[in-house]
Amino acid sequence: MAELNYGLSELALEIRGMVREFAEARVKPVRAELDETGHFPTEILRELGKMDLMGLYIPAEYGGTFEGDSMPNLIAVEELSRICIGVSVSFAANGLGADPILLGASDEQKKKFLPALASGEKWAAYALTEPNAGSDAGSIRTTAVKKGDKYVLNGTKQWITNGGEADIYTVFAVTDKNRGARGVSAFIVEKGTPGFTFGKKENKLGIRASATRELIFEDCEVPAANLIGREGTGFIWAMKTFDVSRPGIAAQAVGLAQGALDEAVMYAKVREQFGKPIIANQGLSWMLADMATKVETARALTYATVQSIDRGVKDYSKFSAMCKVYASDVAMQVTTDAVQVFGGYGYMKEYPVEKMMRDAKILQIYEGTNQIQRDIIGLALNKEYGAVAKK
Amino acid sequence: MGLKIDLDLCTGCGACVAVCPFCALAQRASDGKVEVNEACTACGACIDVCPVGALSMEVAEKKADAAALDAFRGLWVFAEQRGGKVQEVAFELLGEGRVLADKLGVELGAVLLGHQVGDCAATLFEHGADKVYVVDHPALEKYTAEPYSEAMSALIQKYKPEVVLAGATSMGRGFIARVAIQVNAGLTADCTELGVDVDQRLLLQTRPAFGGNIMACIVCPDHRPQMATVRPKVFKQPAPVAGRTGQLVAEKLDLKDPVVKVLETVNAMQNEVNVAGAEFIVTGGRGVGGPENFKLLAELAEALGGAAIGASRAAVDAGWISSFHQVGQTGKTVRPKIYIACGVSGQIQHLVGMNSSDTIIAINKDPDAPIFGVADVGIVGDLFQVVPELIQALKK
Amino acid sequence: MHIVVCVKQVPNTTQVRINPETNTLVRDGVESILNPFDENALEMALQLKEKHAGTKVTVLTMGPPQAAEVLKEAVGRGADAVVLLCDRAFAGSDTWATSYALSTAIRKLEPADLVLFGKQAIDGDTAQVGPGVADWLGIPCIAYARKIEIADGKAVVERNFEDGYEKLETPLPCALTVLKEANVPRMASLRGKMAAKKLVLQPTTAEMVGADPAKLGLNASPTRVVKIFSPPPKTGGVKWQGEEPAVLAQRLADLLRERKLI
Repeated sequence: MAELNYGLSELALEIRGMVREFAEARVKPVRAELDETGHFPTEILRELGKMDLMGLYIPAEYGGTFEGDSMPNLIAVEELSRICIGVSVSFAANGLGADPILLGASDEQKKKFLPALASGEKWAAYALTEPNAGSDAGSIRTTAVKKGDKYVLNGTKQWITNGGEADIYTVFAVTDKNRGARGVSAFIVEKGTPGFTFGKKENKLGIRASATRELIFEDCEVPAANLIGREGTGFIWAMKTFDVSRPGIAAQAVGLAQGALDEAVMYAKVREQFGKPIIANQGLSWMLADMATKVETARALTYATVQSIDRGVKDYSKFSAMCKVYASDVAMQVTTDAVQVFGGYGYMKEYPVEKMMRDAKILQIYEGTNQIQRDIIGLALNKEYGAVAKK
Repeated sequence: MGLKIDLDLCTGCGACVAVCPFCALAQRASDGKVEVNEACTACGACIDVCPVGALSMEVAEKKADAAALDAFRGLWVFAEQRGGKVQEVAFELLGEGRVLADKLGVELGAVLLGHQVGDCAATLFEHGADKVYVVDHPALEKYTAEPYSEAMSALIQKYKPEVVLAGATSMGRGFIARVAIQVNAGLTADCTELGVDVDQRLLLQTRPAFGGNIMACIVCPDHRPQMATVRPKVFKQPAPVAGRTGQLVAEKLDLKDPVVKVLETVNAMQNEVNVAGAEFIVTGGRGVGGPENFKLLAELAEALGGAAIGASRAAVDAGWISSFHQVGQTGKTVRPKIYIACGVSGQIQHLVGMNSSDTIIAINKDPDAPIFGVADVGIVGDLFQVVPELIQALKK
Repeated sequence: MHIVVCVKQVPNTTQVRINPETNTLVRDGVESILNPFDENALEMALQLKEKHAGTKVTVLTMGPPQAAEVLKEAVGRGADAVVLLCDRAFAGSDTWATSYALSTAIRKLEPADLVLFGKQAIDGDTAQVGPGVADWLGIPCIAYARKIEIADGKAVVERNFEDGYEKLETPLPCALTVLKEANVPRMASLRGKMAAKKLVLQPTTAEMVGADPAKLGLNASPTRVVKIFSPPPKTGGVKWQGEEPAVLAQRLADLLRERKLI
């Protein structure tokens, strides 16, 4: 298939081949069943670990294979997403959980927690959202009170991806009520810590293979050594994490949209009505053309953003938000169109496109709704152009 | 012996490269002329297609000692028995063996290995054996490859049969290759057709290769015996002739103690035949009408000698059978030798899962059912009438 | 423990098709792969390695230089050492000569406790090489194995037969041919693939393993392929109707028998 040359490294291309083959062989045959039953893809993640694919974003000194190129991990997410984003989010959530550690933790903390994540022996999760703190993440109410060499956590986190399945959680809690967002701190909490339990697994519209649970902290004592950075820096780690993780959501969206496009084109070539394949109808082939164009545009913006971050571009919040909002909107449109291409069959569970359409919706919601993303872009524009006006 | 290429004649047209079943020919990058690699089996498929006659087969210089080969006479069948019961494949081989032995004008022998299995000999005579060689030894009580091959080799070395046939079963395939090494004989696996060249006393062994995409005819010119395995059900069982008898040769052998010990034998598969790898599949669709009617399909499966049961989505969704059996887009993709679709309409999602089956047979009441579009043989009729008749016809 | 796994590079026969017009094999685009059943043998070895510390897995193949690809695949999955037995002297070997050649190469390695094979290769489908090699080596062979446990220098193996299975105990060294149901073969790891890329393979010749030239290749092979032909082409679909079910059923049964399908 013809493709654009994004200047991918040899490693990135290798990873693309490996994960594509893996997703076809291991994920595709079970995705419908995982969707139906809501079973967590434990075996799939274990195998990805054995294949050294869980540490693509972790530097070699901590057991991973990251050497400054973020594309291999991004492409792994994209290729898994092409087949099932319920699986890819479970994979990618490890990176989300580990990002605050990578960004803000001490070398000692990194050495303690990252190698097991890199080998896939342990899994991670990121715990920010609360029942009353969604888009308004600054209003979290989970508290952490220092007591000797411990912090005592109380509160509830909601809709935590990999909740219950992960071993290592980065949890955001208020250490100083009076300082608002600046009173938030980040902690590493291990599964099995007394006072740390899980709520029920949520029953969701899409990404049903992924585990989404409440985390409940009741007088949960966490070693003070597990505080990431200093007290009050948590919100910074939370937001910086999003800046680097949003392109990951975009990669999920690109992969999912590509998967839906693949299905739609293949079907349009074999489905015959009125004595010819339906792709021979101009109305339909133009629809496919638009779908393909959107997918490639989304991919180009996503890759450009990540490659720019790798090349040291500093102010990338705006671009992270752009690729997330654009690619996820594309995924929603393309999966919806794919169902349309399939017609009645598309609405049936025999074919994967209805699942893709259900799965797509979350991409416009999680890691900051698309409205929040547009706020970020709008704020950046206001700031950038404001500076120009003053001149 | 091997393929010779006359590079002066070769024009580099590539015709031979295209027909080589073993990818053994390639055009040289330098001048486009053809060269042969290690994969060549000297099958000769390329020779006829060369438009300029650049290819030839170099004939073997050495010729085996004709007198030594002539010392071998007779055709043998390994009479596989398990638990004192002769397996059907042995009867099938006796049937075919009888025909070949008569053409060659030799005796048909059956080799019976085991412990206290003398009773089996009578039934082997009834199925056509002239002689039954019995090795009764405690080491042969339970099958393991080592004593079985030791006994078989000893018999072959003593009595020198020119042909030895065995079933391509777990047992037959498991030990006969060792025998071939021990007696320095050629062995051809899974033959689907056997013949003889009476003049040269050659066994003509035809077998599929490349997943059945090509057929190869194989001979064994300079070694005796000529050995072959044949899959169960390839040949028809001969009707036994009650009271027919022959010569029993009880051979006393001094066999080594078995090194491999059988700890436990579990007869009867716990699991049903898995549809994914099955060679025969009987599939039921909406037309089956209810869970109880899958019993009829199971009977047909049994009559075919152990077919897997498949199901269309309609039958699975109706709750008549577990999704484990489902064939199609959301079920399993299958490529059996025979696929019999009963009461399956043939929706596109079903067809993609089975349309590469070797032979597709469809039984459906609706003459316009899409399944007939992919079927090699379509029977328009009520499966509840056709299937019972088919079971009867197969059992005959 | 030292485990030797014998593998073969084969054309992916599921991709092979017959051109209905010329009735010849269409091989274009058919890739060469690691024989699928050999993947199960390799996986069995790798799982044993994970279970028994200090186990070394050597993967051996005989074939043309391109067969190095399947050895790289094996290294990618975790094989410790590989041997490419490659010599024009092996050309045209049938199962008899192939088993001899492989056995000579195995004897050259450090002593093997276990020699594993896939149950058969998908291009030849003979299932004869595994038991044949075992015979040349003079070790027991259990064909159609689906499970193995090793303890106290012995192996307990489950092997399938047509309608059941048996549990067997064998001393080591021994050979097994491994069934597909034994396991799910792993895929190569990233680090394994990197190691495979760096691999420089020196072919091992017949002379290097001390093989007797009289037992090698086409000349030493008892069997000869004398003719290759395409199976009778698939007859176009026929539809039978309007007759008694019994008549149709009988005709179908006759046809199946005639075509040797049953």
